[in-house]
Amino acid sequence: MQDQDQEVIREFLVESHENLSRLDEEIVELEKHPKDEALLASIFRTIHTIKGTCGFLAFTTLERITHRAESLLSQLRDGRRELTPALVSLILETVDATRKVLASIERSGEEGTEQFEELAARLGAASQMTPEAAETGLEAPPTITAESGAARHGAERGTTDRATATDRATNESAGTESSGKNVTTAKALEEAASEAAVPPNCAALPESRPAEPKTDEPAHPDARKPEDEVAKSSAAADANIRVAVGLLDKLMDLVGELVLTRNQILQFNSEREDAALNATAQRLNLITSELQEGVMKTRMQPIGMVWNKLPRVVRDIAVALGKQIRLEMDGTATELDRTIIEAIKDPLVHLVRNSCDHGIETPEARIRAGKAPQGKLMLRAYHEGGQVNIEIGDDGAGIEVARVKRKAIEKGILRPEQAEKLSDREALNLIFQPGFSTAQAVTNISGRGVGLDVVKSHIERIGGVVDVFTQPGEGTTIKLKIPLTLAIIPGLVITSGGERFVIPQVSLLELIRLEGDSSDKHIEQVHGTPVLRRRGSLLPIASLNEVLKLSEGQGAGLGASGWNRSGVLQEAVNIVVLQAEDRQFGLVVDGINDTQEIVVKPLGKQLKGLSVYAGATIMGDGRVALILDVLGIGQRSGVLVESREQTRAVAGEKTNPEEEQQRLLLFRAGSFERIAVPLSLVARLEEFPRRLIEQAGGCKVVQYRSRILPLVPLRDVLEPGTADPDEIADPLQVVVFSDGGRSVGVVVDQILDVAEQTVSVRQKSVREGLLGSAVVGNRVTDFLDLNHVLRAASRGWFEGSGEPGHGRKVLVAEGSAFSRGLIRSGLDMAGYRVLEAASLDDALRNLEQEKIDLVVASLDLPPSGSAALITAMRVRPEWQAIPVLALADSAEHLRLRGEERSRVGDCQVKFDCEAMLASLARLASAVASGRESSGQEDSGPSSSGDQPSRIAVETESRPSWA
Amino acid sequence: MNATDQSAMHASAAAPDETQNSGQFSTFFVADLFFGVDVLRVQEVLRYQQMTRVPQAPEVIEGLINLRGQIVAAIDMRRRLRLPRRAGDRTPMNMVLRSDGGAVSLLVDEIGDVLDVDASSFERAPRNLNPVARELVRGVYKLKDRLLLVLDAERAVDFAST
Repeated sequence: MQDQDQEVIREFLVESHENLSRLDEEIVELEKHPKDEALLASIFRTIHTIKGTCGFLAFTTLERITHRAESLLSQLRDGRRELTPALVSLILETVDATRKVLASIERSGEEGTEQFEELAARLGAASQMTPEAAETGLEAPPTITAESGAARHGAERGTTDRATATDRATNESAGTESSGKNVTTAKALEEAASEAAVPPNCAALPESRPAEPKTDEPAHPDARKPEDEVAKSSAAADANIRVAVGLLDKLMDLVGELVLTRNQILQFNSEREDAALNATAQRLNLITSELQEGVMKTRMQPIGMVWNKLPRVVRDIAVALGKQIRLEMDGTATELDRTIIEAIKDPLVHLVRNSCDHGIETPEARIRAGKAPQGKLMLRAYHEGGQVNIEIGDDGAGIEVARVKRKAIEKGILRPEQAEKLSDREALNLIFQPGFSTAQAVTNISGRGVGLDVVKSHIERIGGVVDVFTQPGEGTTIKLKIPLTLAIIPGLVITSGGERFVIPQVSLLELIRLEGDSSDKHIEQVHGTPVLRRRGSLLPIASLNEVLKLSEGQGAGLGASGWNRSGVLQEAVNIVVLQAEDRQFGLVVDGINDTQEIVVKPLGKQLKGLSVYAGATIMGDGRVALILDVLGIGQRSGVLVESREQTRAVAGEKTNPEEEQQRLLLFRAGSFERIAVPLSLVARLEEFPRRLIEQAGGCKVVQYRSRILPLVPLRDVLEPGTADPDEIADPLQVVVFSDGGRSVGVVVDQILDVAEQTVSVRQKSVREGLLGSAVVGNRVTDFLDLNHVLRAASRGWFEGSGEPGHGRKVLVAEGSAFSRGLIRSGLDMAGYRVLEAASLDDALRNLEQEKIDLVVASLDLPPSGSAALITAMRVRPEWQAIPVLALADSAEHLRLRGEERSRVGDCQVKFDCEAMLASLARLASAVASGRESSGQEDSGPSSSGDQPSRIAVETESRPSWA
Repeated sequence: MNATDQSAMHASAAAPDETQNSGQFSTFFVADLFFGVDVLRVQEVLRYQQMTRVPQAPEVIEGLINLRGQIVAAIDMRRRLRLPRRAGDRTPMNMVLRSDGGAVSLLVDEIGDVLDVDASSFERAPRNLNPVARELVRGVYKLKDRLLLVLDAERAVDFAST
């Protein structure tokens, strides 16, 4: 507290000295132009300021004389009195006296013993002598009450200049060690500042500083403080100068240049073996770093600069809305670059208004909710990891996610079906959407739906991040993460396509290098996007060479040349893991060089439109390198827009023929968080207590419906050796697959859900037991290769069981690898030998080479549909007799392509395994009995007609697969 | 220290409006075309500099050069005018102009003299001029032995429309 007082006093001294020296000039000027109202007003304000601050700091002598001078000046200003040379002298004398007292305060912290009674008396007399005042009776004798009334009057006038004064006062405190820790200081500062009303054009350096006591007043006899302390406080006024911001900016630019030159010299030095140069370069390095730090500091300002106007904002809103709000501030002294201070000013005010308006409830509502009637608004600022965190927290009602969603739907920002899928966190971020406001009523404070989106874009423009945390009923905290400065940033230098680029360090999370062997284990393709398995989660990956269309570096691209057919990378890969908008992605680059301090330079007008660059910088060798805009790169490469597009795809029409509607059973096993299997293949879901498990023939079995059901722990199949028997849940979660007479139970860890939605897939998995991955419900999901699982787990179990399809060769002609896999698994299990063909040519080649018994062809077989295949088959006599089963994507599809159906043996919906197998059996037996089956119009699943766009499935146990 | 400072003394008042130009033109060649730019607009002329290419940038931007700490985009005038590429062994020259959006460098084949021209010899661009060039040309001065095309510098460095 003592320190803070000292601080305030020092500021007061600095400012008063400046004011007084200007006062000298102004009063002299006033004598020449006694009618100059502006000048008079300025003098009045200056005196008033000093008086106000004296009152606040309890310097009574000074207050008394300045107050009397002020009364006199106010008469002059109001035109009730003519300015006479005598009066001018009197005012000047007051100025001198003030100076004496100030000098004393500066030396000893006390006003001194001289009371200036005589001067005060003369001032008092002068203001009382006015005949006008006597006549009107306006001017009461200088009793204390009247004076305080006048002071109040003056204070009111002073408020118009409050804003400027506040800014100025904090400007000064910026240079010094402002140690504000809590609301008291901030308040004190503000009050001190609010009184410090000074005209704005006073930024000139005071030439003559009357810090030296020109008076013949002897050194204070009561010198309790030691000498050095005196010297220190005398220096207070001299220790601060005002510097034009433009000059600081220029200095900053120059330091930027120096940093670049230093980098160049360091590079030059590293190429030589010169001890002298080396030593000099090291020194240059040190000095430059210190200089850079120093100059950066000159531009640093405490965040209190912005905050100090908030108490007023909060108060006004509280009054207007009838709320009680207590504002607390912590970390007022946290410093930020002035350009950033400038940039966050408006967003901060907006956020505070928002918290007051939307966050904190009325006292009645608070009492009802069992809270204190007074709400609390907490501002906190602190440094963390090279960034400044600013939190605006309230203990109000919090944000109701459901209401946010409802509002978003009302405003047309979101469709209801989209809203359902949003996580709470995603929903909360809706409040940053343009046009969003949850305020029930539009007030003049907020609720117009402009603002939070602007806040977000402002913060993001300076490289910051906005986050919301809320607890319904307990409050909301908005957290801003803001870089310290924009001018010089640390960056990682990388090369790609023969060019160097810089990635800002703030976006950088980690570096990964995959050597040739391990890369194939980690990088897989999902939905056409390569992903990296990293500590159990998937990281989307983009290649810088591809994003920027650079010529391929050596094997580092993810393009056709970089991947072999199975999606395996052939060479070592450098991956830079980046973060933008809270989402992470990996960027593959050719080489990683080192980190450097770089000076951000803007790109010219011609290149402004390129979202992938944040600017450019000059490297050590004098060449220009581009700074990547991580967000832009992420968006350009598609790794960041993915989920949004996914939602759109789900909500919108089914536009992509590659996407199939099907119902999937989702479950979890081992480290595989989401595995899916078509529900049509599932007979039942069962739970078995562990004690029922028995061993039979080296297999785990349970007795199930008076039969023996063999169990296959999925973990053993997918991750052999990792399953811990004790870890298995009790009861066991079992998915029962049935083929009529025989069943098998697959043991999983947990059944998650049944999803019924568009699946956008596609990459065959390299791992055995999985068909591939797809995005289901916005999450990457592995598809189980049921065939493999069953075969691996119960060797020979299905073989030789006399299925109708036994030994027959079926050609599956289907463009989609995924669909092919699913069809195949059904056919395999039924005992068919399956050949696959991805296109017409493929199919014809297979027909040439193998003796095919049956053909299963997708109506959409590339390139022009199954019709082309059938036509081709009808031409060759040896193929004419082969029956064809056509598969449609959906029942609707089935109807639409009715005429085509007449040319094939039968037509079924994809993935309806049972119907497909039934059809095949019929066709096969027809061939066997020597007559060709004609198209059976009624063989399509009639139930599917009711659900045109979906595949009809039955979840009950089926009597038979064939 | 700074590029703008150095030349500011003679050009600080340079109005971008070239219709009231000084009558003096810095000239340069691009293929067989002879261009002139108001001399007050020219910041400096440099030999070919090492460049950093800018992937994904408009094609006419050859790259970025470091002009004493200032980053300047270099626009290849041949590509800007849709002319055939320069022969491989010829390096272009940088003609650095001041424009609304800061300094911009034009890559030209050769730098010519600074010429005084007679305002009376001015004429609008001939209709049969290559249409791309015509868009960037304000007019033509008929010199004794050849035609001087007056380059519209603002348009030359602004290609959002193309």
